Amino acid sequence: MTTATSASGLDRPRKRFADYLETALPKIVLGPTLLIALFFIYGFIIWTGWLSFTDSRLLPRYELAGFVQYVTLFENERWWTALRNLGIFGGLFILVCLVVGLLLAILLDQRIRAEGILRAVYLYPMALSFIVTGTAWRWILNPGLGLQNLIRQMGFESFTFDWIVTPGMSIYTVVIAGAWQSTGFVMALFLAGLRGVDDAIIKAAQVDGASPTRIYTSIIIPSLRPVFFSALIILSHIAIKSFDLVMALTGGGPGFSSDLPATFMYTFAFNRNQIGLGAASAIIMLMTVVAIIVPLMYSETRRGHLGR
Amino acid sequence: MADTSQTQTAGPQWLGRAVLYALLVVFAVYYLMPLFVMITTSLKTLDDIRAGNLVALPEEISFAAWVKAWGTACTGVECNGLKGNFLNSVSFVVPAVIISTLVGAFNGYVLTMWRFRGSDVLFTLLLLGCFIPFQVILLPMAQTLGYLGIANSIPGLIFVHVVYGLAFTTLFFRNFYVTVPSDLTKAARIDGAGFFTIFWRIILPLSPAIIVVSVIWQFTQIWNDFLFGVVFSSGERQPITVALNNLVNTSTGIKEYNVDMSAAIIAGLPTLFVYVVAGKYFLRGLTAGAVKG
Repeated sequence: MTTATSASGLDRPRKRFADYLETALPKIVLGPTLLIALFFIYGFIIWTGWLSFTDSRLLPRYELAGFVQYVTLFENERWWTALRNLGIFGGLFILVCLVVGLLLAILLDQRIRAEGILRAVYLYPMALSFIVTGTAWRWILNPGLGLQNLIRQMGFESFTFDWIVTPGMSIYTVVIAGAWQSTGFVMALFLAGLRGVDDAIIKAAQVDGASPTRIYTSIIIPSLRPVFFSALIILSHIAIKSFDLVMALTGGGPGFSSDLPATFMYTFAFNRNQIGLGAASAIIMLMTVVAIIVPLMYSETRRGHLGR
Repeated sequence: MADTSQTQTAGPQWLGRAVLYALLVVFAVYYLMPLFVMITTSLKTLDDIRAGNLVALPEEISFAAWVKAWGTACTGVECNGLKGNFLNSVSFVVPAVIISTLVGAFNGYVLTMWRFRGSDVLFTLLLLGCFIPFQVILLPMAQTLGYLGIANSIPGLIFVHVVYGLAFTTLFFRNFYVTVPSDLTKAARIDGAGFFTIFWRIILPLSPAIIVVSVIWQFTQIWNDFLFGVVFSSGERQPITVALNNLVNTSTGIKEYNVDMSAAIIAGLPTLFVYVVAGKYFLRGLTAGAVKG
């Protein structure tokens, strides 16, 4: 196209081309992301779903074989251990993070002098990799030279704290390390929520003679409901996909007593050449996320629409 | 909000404050303890570790463990320390952060200023992508990387991190650009500015803060990632988190806790550094990521 021509006759089609380009460009720019999103997220979910219905082992095969992998999965003792551990870990991890996070936020919201520094201290573990956290806590919790040894040296000779090497207890050490890393984040969420509470209502309650405790339990904490929801969603999401922390802290051990679904999936899909079984466990993980998060999001957005 | 403290009537005012500060300090000590233990342990000799206890200060400060963790510690079959893996991490984290932030900025721009039919649906679909447990895409991705010929390579890791970071970066920029008054771009459009001109001349100059948020978020996420690293790379191409885990789990004779701790600090330093210099933006990223809920 010759751009030098300024003849009025050429102006119109060129403009139309520009118009066309202008409406098309957003789609052209966003197009690749659309394809990526659809294919690499949803396409891959379908792909994994398909694999979970095959008897793929070392190499993927695509002839459908029905529910064999799911049957094998739920007959596998190790999978049940992983699910039980997810229940223990998820429940305690979320509970501890919510309670301690809220407590820290309330404590910090009392016109504390060094608030900035304290907040930074509570939050810094969030910047670390779960692998670093796991490595550090593994050293702290090791019975030989770690915390147990320290307390014994302080004079409590019979003190025992060897959960990390005790089957059935090692999953609780994952809770300890996980909560250490994530409570600061929950605190930051709650603190932001606390700062957003309407001063006028609190002033009114104070005038009416309500005690500080009463103000917290009946006004402030209920008004943090949306924050509870976001925290709950994020924490359950962290819990279900927890992988690195277990790998670094206990390696799923002793034995496979601290396995989680994520470590189970990794072990079977990539170390034991059981691709079909790994895919099936991944699908169950996805369904768990959907089953927990969708109702939470639904109830929260519905509340939003009804107008708070 | 903070006014409630003024009306505390139970007990003398100062006692309540003292308890409050004591509690805060106890928590602070608890959160700092692992970092303290890591640093002191990394500076001890093995004899020192065995003779002393967890919180004892080093008898004499020794950097031998740091040198070993960096240069000669075994991370599996090879014993070259973490230096190669550190550089690996740098070499895929930097491009992945830049690309995902740029594309995210573009997406956010399109999704707010150039909306078209279906763009909201697309955004919702992308958003839901933040929630999937990545286990569900590992097997197909391993295959796809093979087809593309970038399995077990730095470009492969860049690709994976860009693809699965886009949902977050798009979210950041979209939520930021929503607050930009649309009159600004409308005026520019009337003046004849096109799609790219508006982006470069108007939108991008407004964006430094959100770019920092996105870069910090992506940097922290990708540097700290373990799952993609352990699945999609092997041997000398592994990122630092995977190498650290291998180093700790490599059992060659005596367990050298001081080397483990030095290695852990080396792996954690870059993100800790970012946190210290740009904590404000780090927090903004975290809470912006939370908005997705």
